[in-house]
Parts: sequence; C-alpha cells; structure tokens
Amino acid sequence: MITLGDYLTVSGILFVIGFAGVLLRRNILIIFMALELMLNAANLSLVAFSRFRLGTNGMPDYNAQVLVFFIITVAAAEVAVGLAIIVALFRTRHTTHVEDISALKF
Amino acid sequence: MPLVLFWSFALLMLGFGAAVVINRNPVASALSLVVCFLGLSALFMLLNAFFIGVIQVLVYAGAVMVLFLFIIMLLDLRTEELRRINWLAFAGGVVVSISLLVQILAVIGTTKMARQSFPALASTGVDDVRGVGLALFQNYNLPFQVIGVLILVATVGVIVLSKRELR
Repeated sequence: MITLGDYLTVSGILFVIGFAGVLLRRNILIIFMALELMLNAANLSLVAFSRFRLGTNGMPDYNAQVLVFFIITVAAAEVAVGLAIIVALFRTRHTTHVEDISALKF
Repeated sequence: MPLVLFWSFALLMLGFGAAVVINRNPVASALSLVVCFLGLSALFMLLNAFFIGVIQVLVYAGAVMVLFLFIIMLLDLRTEELRRINWLAFAGGVVVSISLLVQILAVIGTTKMARQSFPALASTGVDDVRGVGLALFQNYNLPFQVIGVLILVATVGVIVLSKRELR
C-alpha cells in the first residue's frame, strides 16, 4: 500500500539532493539545475497532498494543482531571466565558477 | 502494480536527480535532469494529476531543459577541470544536507497522517483538466492574469539582458 509518507519521503530526498547540489557544486549552471530540483520536490509534495485531501465531490483538491501550475510558470520565467543573467555574466567575466565571481564578497 | 510503478519511477527519479549533482560534465547533468523530470511526471500521473504531468513534460523536460542545453552549448562549457576543493566547506555542506534529510524523515516518521494510504476517488475518469481549469478560471482568475504580465516582464527583461551593450 502506498502511503502519503512514501511520496513525502521521496519529495524530501529530492529536495535534499537539490539542496546538497546548491551547497556543494561551484558551477553556476549546476546550482541553477539544483534549484529546479528543489522546486520540483515542493511540487511533488503539493500534488501528493492534493490527492490525499479530497474535495467535497470526491475528486482531488484542485487548488493545490493550480498552485503547482503557478510554480511551474514562475519557474520557467525565472529560468529564462537567470540564464540571461548568466550569459551576460559570462560575457564580462568569462567564467561560470562561483568562486571567481567575488566582487561583492566582504 | 501501482506499488512497483511507484518505487521504480521514484528510484529512477532520485537516481538521475543525484546524477545531476554528481556529474562533472554540465551536458550530462542537464540530460540527467530531463530523465529526472520524466520520472517526476510519471509520479504525478500515478497521483491522478494527468494535467500537471503533461505540463511537467512540456514545460520542464521540453522548454526549460532545451534552454539549459542551448546556454551550455553557447558558453561552450566542457568538463570542469579539477580544482582544489575546500574540504572544510565540502564537509560542512554534507553535514548540513544530511541533518536536513534526517530532520525531514523524522517529521514524516512521527506524523500520523503520513501512515494513511490515499482515499479512493469518486470517479476514475481522466477529467482533471476540467477540475484544474474550473479552479483556475473561477477562483484564481486575477493571479492567472498577473502571471501573464509576469511572463511579459520576464520576456522583456531577457531581451534587455541579452543585448550586447548594457546601459
């Protein structure tokens, strides 16, 4: 029997993988991909809760799925802007290594 | 049968998700991320969220990852050369990640709700697009319009950022 906890566990592990990627990797593109993993982990738990808590008509709670829809849309816009910033950064600095970009570091 | 499907897709997704972080070659990372998103979309469909699953494949595995691969090729990134790793920072990151994982698993393990299985649906038809559409256009019409403006702003922003001369 698949329980809600199984889905939440998978979602939590996926979130930790993305979190570890942001902390451990130094390539700015990989950090960006790890951010996407974390967003998707949140989406998975939202959809699991939507299926778990049925509405009055016995169908999944579609409010959560609308939230997932919004998250996917905003994430797509965020990826477009972020990658444009990375390209602009690469043009001036010729690096994607975050330790080489330390102009604002105290 | 759903149990086998769930664990096979979950393990596929987690395995390729870990490959995104472990791979040294950015192209291999991006392709692993595509497989990870496909597995995630299969999990969405196992939860009867067919619309979200299709959107996941179209937007993430399609549009977003093509954008990532374009940028990787545009920047001409190769396998990064081995640099001196700051082992203290590395160990700190590993410790923080593992403690977060332990914390999440402990919370899930101590929640009573997490041990219940999913209730049966009233109908097993594939009409969740109708439900999502009704919720989107009746209850969330204003946020939907705002999202449209947000995408327009993002488009204009990307064009401005991509110009040769930033002023």
